[in-house]
Amino acid sequence: MIPLSYLLMLSAILFTIGVLGVLFKRNTIVIFMSIELMLNSANLSFVAFSRYLGNLNGQVYVFFVMVVAAAEVAIGLAIIVNMYKNFKSISADRANLLKW
Amino acid sequence: MISGIQYLKDSVGFLPFLILVVSGLIILLGSAETARRESGRYGSGVAIVGTLLAMFSLYFLYGLKKRALFNDMLIIDNFSLFLTATILIATLVVILISRNAIAKDGAEINEYYMLLLFSSAGMILMVQSINLIMVFLALEIFSLGIYVLVGITKQKKVSTEASLKYLLLGAFAAAFFLYGLTYIYGATGTLDLIKIAKIVSEGQVTSNTYLVLGASLVLCGIAFKIALVPFHMWTPDVYEGAPTPITAYMAVGVKAAAFAVFIRVFGHALPKFNIEWNTLLWILAVLTMTVGNICALLQDSLKRLLAYSSIAHAGYIFVAIVAGSQYGYGAILYYLLVYTFMNLGAFGVVVYVENLLGQKDNIDSFKGFGFRRPVIGLCMAVFLCSLMGLPPTGGFVAKFAVFSSAIKAGYVWLVIIGVLNSAVAAYYYLKVIVVMYTRSETAVEVISPKGSIYNGIGLIISLAGTLMLGILPHKVLEIAIKAVSL
Repeated sequence: MIPLSYLLMLSAILFTIGVLGVLFKRNTIVIFMSIELMLNSANLSFVAFSRYLGNLNGQVYVFFVMVVAAAEVAIGLAIIVNMYKNFKSISADRANLLKW
Repeated sequence: MISGIQYLKDSVGFLPFLILVVSGLIILLGSAETARRESGRYGSGVAIVGTLLAMFSLYFLYGLKKRALFNDMLIIDNFSLFLTATILIATLVVILISRNAIAKDGAEINEYYMLLLFSSAGMILMVQSINLIMVFLALEIFSLGIYVLVGITKQKKVSTEASLKYLLLGAFAAAFFLYGLTYIYGATGTLDLIKIAKIVSEGQVTSNTYLVLGASLVLCGIAFKIALVPFHMWTPDVYEGAPTPITAYMAVGVKAAAFAVFIRVFGHALPKFNIEWNTLLWILAVLTMTVGNICALLQDSLKRLLAYSSIAHAGYIFVAIVAGSQYGYGAILYYLLVYTFMNLGAFGVVVYVENLLGQKDNIDSFKGFGFRRPVIGLCMAVFLCSLMGLPPTGGFVAKFAVFSSAIKAGYVWLVIIGVLNSAVAAYYYLKVIVVMYTRSETAVEVISPKGSIYNGIGLIISLAGTLMLGILPHKVLEIAIKAVSL
């Protein structure tokens, strides 16, 4: 059996990649993909803990998270499309009308 | 397993949520007919009836014994009922003040009310949840609704930008929250708050590191929704870009739901940590109050001023979280109720002025307002005095309760900083009142001279609530404090 720490490490690395993607990418769709990566890393660590604890709840939570992630994508892409209509661009740098 | 009969029985405790969802669906189905699409009359009518019915259902639920529903996913107790009432009042007033404001901006008006009802349903689910995965689901239900509501005026660039910012940062914070949940699950083997409380108090946690890590990540997620400093950067932008009624709704409803979760998670499930947890909360409270107030001093736009003032108010409420006593949590419930009335009132007046003068929310556009519209001007003065914390308004009693809970718990310095902050806050609230009662020589261009009756009703409800909770606070404060014994 793979030790728990390996799986947690992998999930932490994925989560960090997601965070870095959100912080440094300029394309809103890529930012959105990075957020999905963060959610999926949480899924991975849910499953890892579930296996380690011998408790199935964690695997069920993953389904909840998947549903939420799908709903979020639907709303998110709609908002990004609307942004494209208004700004003719999906770069996060263009969203600079509101400051201070 | 849960039997059909049990399921029905449990649904009763869940009635306000169900009523709101069903009314939302009725709006959605009914507005398919083109004749009803034109004005928001159909949507707002159904929404008002649904909200009133949900309030009415609370009357039956109030007597019920506290019990867990749906296999310990939700709970019905006085704490959740109190906050449900707060959220429903907020929803009702927001629907009333939205009537004229939204139609003008060319938004999909019936859908607007539907989303409002679904978001409120999500908030009610959140205050009733006693399982962290349900908290996450509820958080997403109302957040998804609000992301759309912020950007519902599709042609406006600022609105689109605000919704994009809120979406990206909100989803980012939700991911932190979820990642925190996995570690709490790893440490305790469950996400049920009551079981977590038991495991933590008996010291059966598999790894304290996981628990602290999880709790910190969950703190980040909730602090984002409450807009605590340093998680507040989105607040002014989103509040300014959103349609004004939605700004009011976010400031009030989201705060109520998020504080409820905060009390349930950090007040009851995870009360003791080895690390200096309270020092951390202390620092957050001080930062939130101070940064909110100082930034509010520099604002010209009234909406932005109220956005920063809402950050400062989150800081005041957080003082009672630091105190952490039953009296303190009761004070939070009371504060949230008062804040609902006074803040919605203030935003209601802003909506009124926007209807009157077009999209202007500069403080200067209020010049001479107190003479031209004496009644509304006086209302605004009362709401601002309440936000400032002057007697005989609700804001005074609420602030007094929050600060006295902190004194009782021995946080004298925190209260001193809080009172100093209130003095700073008085400056910018008074500035608005002074501008309102300064005579202006230039004639103001009025777009629509008549105010809406719905807006008026919304203001009357807010005014009545603000004054009543200030003059006769004992009964409600007592109910709030009793409600907290979870």
